[in-house]
Parts: sequence; structure tokens; C-alpha cells
Amino acid sequence: MRARAGWCSRMGGCMSSNEANSPAAARRPATVPSRAAREAALEETLGRETPLVPTSSIAGRSLVIVIAIMTFLAALSAGAALMVADASVDWRREVAREASVQIRLLPGRDIEADVSRATAVLVAAEGVRDVRVYSKAESEALLAPWLGQGLDLAELPAPRMIVVKLDDGRRADLDALRRELAQAVPSAALDDHRLWVERLGQMARTVVAVAALVFVLIVVAMGLAVAFATRAAMVGNREIIEVLHLVGAADKYIAQQFQRRFLALGLKGGLIGGASAMGFFLLSGYLASRWTATPDGDQLEAMFGRFSLGPLGFTVVGAIAAAAGLLTGFMSQEIVFRQLRRLDRAE
Amino acid sequence: MLSFENVGLRYGSGGEILSDLAFSVAPRSFQFLTGPSGAGKTTLLKLVLMSLKPTRGRITLFGKDTETLDKDAVTDIRRRIGVVFQDFRLLEHLTLYENVALPLRVIGREETIYRAEVLELLRWVGLEERIASRPSVLSGGEKQRAAIARALIVRPELLLADEPTGNLDPTLARRLLRLFVELHKSGTSVVIATHDLALMDQYESARRLVLADGRLHVFE
Repeated sequence: MRARAGWCSRMGGCMSSNEANSPAAARRPATVPSRAAREAALEETLGRETPLVPTSSIAGRSLVIVIAIMTFLAALSAGAALMVADASVDWRREVAREASVQIRLLPGRDIEADVSRATAVLVAAEGVRDVRVYSKAESEALLAPWLGQGLDLAELPAPRMIVVKLDDGRRADLDALRRELAQAVPSAALDDHRLWVERLGQMARTVVAVAALVFVLIVVAMGLAVAFATRAAMVGNREIIEVLHLVGAADKYIAQQFQRRFLALGLKGGLIGGASAMGFFLLSGYLASRWTATPDGDQLEAMFGRFSLGPLGFTVVGAIAAAAGLLTGFMSQEIVFRQLRRLDRAE
Repeated sequence: MLSFENVGLRYGSGGEILSDLAFSVAPRSFQFLTGPSGAGKTTLLKLVLMSLKPTRGRITLFGKDTETLDKDAVTDIRRRIGVVFQDFRLLEHLTLYENVALPLRVIGREETIYRAEVLELLRWVGLEERIASRPSVLSGGEKQRAAIARALIVRPELLLADEPTGNLDPTLARRLLRLFVELHKSGTSVVIATHDLALMDQYESARRLVLADGRLHVFE
């Protein structure tokens, strides 16, 4: 580019002065604005940079809705995974704090004496915080769900149950305790609930893995939707891209123009989807708290804990919403850039 | 500045539509590219702009073989060329001011820096009253002048104009030709594709490149 000089002075005058009487001027549409309107328009147009990719050329509203729905679903799956993961930690911690000792009735043995011996061993053991002996009636009551109410169990060899609360601070050596119990009371069986803990852990991991898979599928679907929309926008703006190329725009610059449009749409969709998900979790937490006293509420709480997201959960939902916008912008730029790079010069 | 050596072009497996083109454009030169409608003038300009690849031969632009250029180099060269399209190719969603400023905007210039230059150029082509207008409300002549202003805003070393006076009445066409001549005198090489003999007669000292039957004949 060469040195600047005034066009009118350099080229011997401006066209406008003589053109007013030309036939071209006569053909000009009768919409020439007034001076005041021109000055207002001048102020408005100068300093403004209209997006080079027209807003109307992108199926913006549809894309925003798709991104909002995808963000909402992704946030739901992530939130559900977080809640289950949190709840499973509570379940496992709670179950691991407890063990039970079952004492069966053996021929020739006094079960009450066995219960007393076992209790003495348990109370003396390291890491045991509390020992609660279920009475005969309480032990029999535990069988009621399986055998039915109103039965006389006096003649049945119903086992006795001792519930042991373990100390969080001092870990009990359950294997040693099991051996010690077996020596003192041959019919005593210590259950440390390890099987339950493992099953609960496995179930929680499965739920989290499924939620993660759903999350990934949603992200992939959102990426594909953005890719289709970007390609459609490129086809719709082919002429603009060609003009931009011919006036000297680099591929990167053109890709950035698309990125700006799609980033704005992605952030809008992400914001709507993320806000909706946050609203959903807040409402769910509120409703769950009102149901807590009911049996359904108890079941729900047992499964999902308090059925509400903590600060970490809301941070994750916010991050997902922001990531949806950023992903949209990044993907559109990359797609446009790669498409332009692939375009042969023979257009 | 620009040279064609035995350049040929065909689409697909058909016959060559341009054959054995051999000519050069010197710095600070002025030439008309002429020939009947459909002779291939626009196609030849597309070859210069690297919108089309020749099927044979070699095109050299600013000392570089266009076949060997990567995309960044193509972009750099296009920034040294101004082009006026036959169909104007103004972007309908931009104002006239933004259309004319487009070549500066795409190279990252700040609007406040190029504002005075663009306004002056718009005044030069008589469109200062239309800067906020969209192309859709402009007359053909106004669009033509806007397209010319856009081509000139970067002060190109080579100006390609495809039927630049096609939409203008003779009076305005003469004035525009004078502008091209002034531009040429200020150091820009100008190639005007036209089939308007009357226009060419107004500047008889210009070189004529005549396309006919896919071949180019040069009249110095």
C-alpha cells in the first residue's frame, strides 16, 4: 500500500460536483435523505462494525434452542451423577460404621450365655464405640417382614442379633475380632457389611458411568448440531466468503467472523440451558425437602441424599453452560477454518 | 507485474476455452481487455485473481509463480490487487461506508484510522450522501462507483475492472474512465475488461488485449 493523499485533490476534483446534472443522478431513487437525517445516519454508521456474517444467515434461534436443551440435559446428567456419587459416599460411610453379630442357637448351648460372652468380647475390643444387644423379642421382630406378623416364634431357633457401632477414629481389626468371637462363642457370626458396601459402591459407579456416557453423548450431539449449522451457514454465505477472500481476507480472519456469531449463540444457549438446570435442581431440592417426612421422600433421600446440589454442583452446571458456549465458538471456527483450507482455488 | 505464459484453461474434459494466452502487464501501464460477450474476459480476470487455476501454462504475479503459492501468499497478493466486479459484489447487509472500508477492515485496520480516508474516497466518487445506505437502495451507477471505491481504498498496485461502465450512461462512463486514467497516472497498473468500443476510443493510447475464440491478441 502506498502513501496517502486526499483523493479529491489528487485526482483533480470530486465526482459529486458535476454529477448532479448527469442522467445517472436523474435515475437515482428519490430516497435521498435530508441533511439532518444524513448527519444522524453518519454518526450511527461511523464507528460501527456490522458483523460480516449476517445474523439472519444463521439458523440462530433453532441453534440456541438446541444448545439450551443439550446444555440442560448435560447439566442434569452431570448433576445426577454428582448427587449419586455424594450419596454413595454417605451410604458407604454409614454402612461401614456398623457391623452386626448374629448368634445362632446350637443344641446344648445357652444362647443367653453366648450373647453375654459375645457382648463382653465386643465391648472389650479396640475400635468399638457402642454395642447394642437386641432382645429376644426385638430379634424375632426382625423376622416379621419375612415370616409375617402374629406368629409365635418361641419354638423356632431364632438367632439373636447384636449391633456394633464402630469408632470412626480408631479402626477396629474386624478379622481379629471375628477370630476372638469364634473362640468365645462358636455360633457367633460377625457381618461387617462388606458385601453391601461393595454392592453399593458398584451401583454408584455404574450410575455415575451411565451419567458420564449420557453426558458425552449429549456433548457429541451438540457438537454435531453446531457442525451442521456451521456448514449450512458457510453454504448460505458462500458469496460473502468469496468476496472476503478477494478483498484480501485471510482464512483465519473469515473463520473468526463465524466464530464470533456462533460463540454469541452458544453462550446464549448455554446460559438458558444452564439457568434452567440450576432452576430445576433448586426446585427439586425445595420439593424434596417438603417430602422428607413422607415415605416417598425418605426413599428419595436414601437414593440421592438430600436431592439437592451443593456449591460444587452449581459450579459444575455453570461451567457446563460456559463450556457449551465456548465449544460452539471453537468448533465453528475450526470447521470454517478447515473447510476454507480444503477449498481449492478453483471455486 | 503480471505475466501469462502459454496459459490454457478448460472445464472438465471439454475443449479449452482459453488457449495459449501469453501477455504481460507492466507496472504503471493501462490496458483494455476486450472481445465479444462470452469471449472469456471475466474468466481471464479470475485467473489473475487466482479464483481459477489454469489447466496449463504459468501465471506470474508480482514475480511469483501462482502455482507455487500457499494460501497465505495468495492472500498477500490479493491485497495488492483492486478488483471491480461486473456484478459489483457489494455485501448487502453492510452500509456503503462499511463496504468501501471492507478491504481495510479485513487486514485489521482500526475504523478510527481509516475513517477519514474512506470518507474522502466516498466524496471523490460522489457518494458521501449515501454512506449509511445499504446497496439494495442504490442505483446501478452508485453501486458501480461504490465497487470502484472499494477496489481503490487500498491503493492497489494492479486494478482489475470488469465492465466498470456497464451500468453507466456515457457521461458518467467518461468521467469514470478519466478517474481510471488519473489513477494510472498516479502509479497503478489498470486492466479494464470491456466490450464498449466507444469507451476505448476515448483513450486510444491504451494498450488493447483482444480475446477472440479463446485466444488473445495484443495491440500495443
